[in-house]
Amino acid sequence: MSDSVLSVRNISKSFGGIHAVRDVSFDVEKGEVLGLIGPNGSGKSTLFNCVLGQLRPDRGEVQINGHRVGNMRASRLNKLGVGRTFQQLSVFPQMSVLDNIILAGQEHHGNMATRLFGPSDAGLTKEADQLIAFFRLEHLRDEMAGSLSYGQQKLVDAAMAFMAGPSLVLLDEPAGGVNLTMLGNLRERLETYNREHGTTFVVIEHNMEFVMSLCTRIIVLAEGAIIAEGTPDEIRSNQQVIDAYLGG
Amino acid sequence: MTRKSILFTLVALIALILVPLGQGNYIIYVLTSWLVFSIAAMGLNLTLGYAGQISLAQAAFMGIGAYIAALITLAGYHWVLGWLAAMGGTFVIGLLLGYPALRVQHHFLAFVTLAFNTLVFLVLRNEDWLTGGSHGLVGMPRPNFFGLSTGTNLEFYYFTLVLFVISGAIFYWIVNSPWGRAFKALRENPVRAESLGVDTRRITLLAFAIGSAFGGGAGAIMSPLVQFIEPGSFAFIHSLKILLMVVVGGAGFFFGPILGAAVVILLPEFLRFTEGYYLMIYASLVIVLMIYSPSGLIGAGQKLYARLRPGRETRKDMEKGAQL
Repeated sequence: MSDSVLSVRNISKSFGGIHAVRDVSFDVEKGEVLGLIGPNGSGKSTLFNCVLGQLRPDRGEVQINGHRVGNMRASRLNKLGVGRTFQQLSVFPQMSVLDNIILAGQEHHGNMATRLFGPSDAGLTKEADQLIAFFRLEHLRDEMAGSLSYGQQKLVDAAMAFMAGPSLVLLDEPAGGVNLTMLGNLRERLETYNREHGTTFVVIEHNMEFVMSLCTRIIVLAEGAIIAEGTPDEIRSNQQVIDAYLGG
Repeated sequence: MTRKSILFTLVALIALILVPLGQGNYIIYVLTSWLVFSIAAMGLNLTLGYAGQISLAQAAFMGIGAYIAALITLAGYHWVLGWLAAMGGTFVIGLLLGYPALRVQHHFLAFVTLAFNTLVFLVLRNEDWLTGGSHGLVGMPRPNFFGLSTGTNLEFYYFTLVLFVISGAIFYWIVNSPWGRAFKALRENPVRAESLGVDTRRITLLAFAIGSAFGGGAGAIMSPLVQFIEPGSFAFIHSLKILLMVVVGGAGFFFGPILGAAVVILLPEFLRFTEGYYLMIYASLVIVLMIYSPSGLIGAGQKLYARLRPGRETRKDMEKGAQL
């Protein structure tokens, strides 16, 4: 359990009489890319929010890098090495792409005093430029993030999640609303990042092609419980998953 | 800072040095008031324009600063001590006022700060033993610095100009530091900011505390400028006046509140020749400006610049003005 980057143990969460998540347990090892899939209302988002400390589970425990999450604040979780993206676009639209990326890293450098008395870029311009280049956004570096296309903003959003060098990144529907060309670019960049840095990913996604090609392991949820777990090939051929989610 | 903005700042500074020369006492007093209110508006610009936290209590902080400085100087201590105490005191009180902002936002927060302004007004009016009640405090001395007097209005103008430049430099330094970036992130998307490691609680409190300290500092200058302070000078209506300065000038822009303070303090003086109509003309101009450019005069200037030089990129942020 303690060797896992993420360890979820017996998580249950109900809202009134609705059991959103029922006794879910799994571990995610370093460098793994885990996909969480399931039909709408299967409990993916509730589970995601329990993992991120935004919802307190009724039972069970979540540990990230050996630290119990509980209802830890998001900023504290980020300092423990957790990056995340949101289902909705969540760049800072009135700041440049460069400033968005620098912001994503500045709180990990120095303390409040050095962030006031030190350089205005917190010494991060070079590092931010490298990440901008990695996500092939150089030509947009000084543009306001809000003026970019939806797909470009998704890339900026993803880049922000990586700026602080996290050990675990949770991606909430990264492919949602992104066109095919941009989607291929995003997947290829995520794969490369995972290969080069060994960062662990947990991905919630409805785009099956994206999930099957990116993830090394997939967990399928239905009615709040795990109904299948395995490699993409195993999941594709699992009759229970086909019946509950993938369809004929 | 670009070469163009350094040049602009230098020209503006030279203009500010030259403008009171040959003017009468009243004009110099009005110009000094403009500089003082610009400092207070800078603080509100940080809280509202940069960090997105509405505050309708900036006049209360000016009042607290003015009374602290007045009490200290009337007790025989140097004004600098009063100034530092005013800023320190309002920083701490601003920090405390920031706590409600952790729980409520927008118009709810506006009402909390409005209530605070009313509370401060009532304390200043009712606690006669300390504040002089409705009669206020009189006779605060203007300070001397190593033999240099600030006794005449022109001397006091230059003294205020120095403090204005210091305040502007501190403001510029803060908003261009990583703190400034965190303030803007708080304004634009606090949930995302928190997920990136920004301690939004601490940043919210700091936005209130620093903004309030600018108000306190301005109040401490007001005290020896007018040499008579009373609670009515720091009532809620004056907080609205400072809010108007920020919004009319351009919230979230460095020069916005300075320009806004010029409009609110100086424009009525220019319109005096219209006699009874000047308030109506003034109000109409403000309404037209807000309809045409919610981002204030700076935003209007940028729109004009973009129209004249269509190929040039201008700032796109704060196009919709401050989110009150």
